[in-house]
Amino acid sequence: MMGGYGDVQLLKEDGTRLDGRAVDEMRPVEIKVGVLPAAQGSAWVKQGLNVAVCAVYGPMEAHPRKIQRQDRAVLDVRYNMAPFSTGERIRPGFNRRAREISKVTAEALESVVLLERYPRSKIRVEIEILAAEAGTRCAGITAASMALADAGIPMRDLVVGIASGKIQDTVVLDLDKAEDNYGQADLPAGICPNTGELVFLQMDGDLSIEEYNLAMEYNFKAAAEIHEIMVAALAAKYGGGEA
Amino acid sequence: MSRGQDGAEQRLVTPGAAIGPATGRRVGTGALIQGDTIIATRVGLVRERHGTVSVDPVATTYMPRSGDLVIGTVVEARSNLWFLDINGPFQALLPMSLAPWKVEFGGTSDHADINDSLLMRVQEVDEVQNVVATMRGIGLRRLSEGAVLQVDVQHNDTLRAEGASLLKRLRDLSDCRIVLADNGRMWVDGEHAGIDWLRSLFRDVAAAGRTDALNNIVEQHAANAPNRGEA
Repeated sequence: MMGGYGDVQLLKEDGTRLDGRAVDEMRPVEIKVGVLPAAQGSAWVKQGLNVAVCAVYGPMEAHPRKIQRQDRAVLDVRYNMAPFSTGERIRPGFNRRAREISKVTAEALESVVLLERYPRSKIRVEIEILAAEAGTRCAGITAASMALADAGIPMRDLVVGIASGKIQDTVVLDLDKAEDNYGQADLPAGICPNTGELVFLQMDGDLSIEEYNLAMEYNFKAAAEIHEIMVAALAAKYGGGEA
Repeated sequence: MSRGQDGAEQRLVTPGAAIGPATGRRVGTGALIQGDTIIATRVGLVRERHGTVSVDPVATTYMPRSGDLVIGTVVEARSNLWFLDINGPFQALLPMSLAPWKVEFGGTSDHADINDSLLMRVQEVDEVQNVVATMRGIGLRRLSEGAVLQVDVQHNDTLRAEGASLLKRLRDLSDCRIVLADNGRMWVDGEHAGIDWLRSLFRDVAAAGRTDALNNIVEQHAANAPNRGEA
């Protein structure tokens, strides 16, 4: 719950954050594709201390039949945090938070995947968070988008997940765990880097219009940087220079 | 986008990447027009041929089309039809009326049982992806010898290009009979050494992904081919 904890100092006197980052600096991002040989497509994303792995299977016949759509495929997204992903053990299994994140991730990806190419089918997207340090839904979205691309599923664009927020009345990019826990607001977004479309947006806490605009500016800037890393990861697997 | 000669474009693109202006060009597979720009919808290599821009994907799924030659594996034998896995999203249905044998009602498994491989053609695919296969046709049969290998669908065009010259080279080098189906499967029959050589080759091809890597991988493996002297 975002509300701020007043006395927790998240910014140093020189204006930098506790981990030494500038306010508009994101955590280091590493991406690999094709990490799971059994999956049709897969990706591994490390953002700060977050580690997300995603596997894509399909398109396959949608079961049970009642979920089939006669004119398009359905995206079956499952987001899950491993019990060992945080300091305190998480109870295994699907919970309300996982259900919500699975739903919003599916909706974000449905905006770009050309589902009409595969009527009556299902595309299974399994996101597993192996290590969590705030921003796992964003890392999951980035991983899912990369795994779909690796699986050869046609898409209008990739999707980058990234969040900004507010700590000590200052807008910052890519909150870490302390900032997420003790900050005043969190604004995760899913951005199509080529078209600049927004396919996913949530806000926890309060931001003024100016703060919102600045946070989104940070998000778009970071999305462009992450997109370059995504393209490089695909080029590393498949060779050749990208546009 | 560089303006090479037709067919010379070999740039790797990712979904959403702008390939070039749409004016005066058509789009083929793996690309679409957004506004006045052609964008890629898959990870793959850009190809422009006769004014049509397409992306040869590095990974894709087999989607059945009417007339495709496919190798199916029987997953269910009912009284009057078989269901077969054809490496696509949906199973294919082979009614006993389209089988090459005289089948008694209830006797389907006498002719093709679970796990048997059949060489068939796709007779019909409707708009909701119901697939009907047929075995009525020249060369269509149960594959009771040899082995079925997985070959990523995106390599089929390369294997069949220029009068299937690469496929002929593989036949020579492996000394095997080869039938390349459209659904990412290949039937090979011959000595064990030849089959193993082909299996190892296509494992490397799958790891590379790129369609333009196929020729190089064949060349690398040619030194170990069972029949390299006659190639």
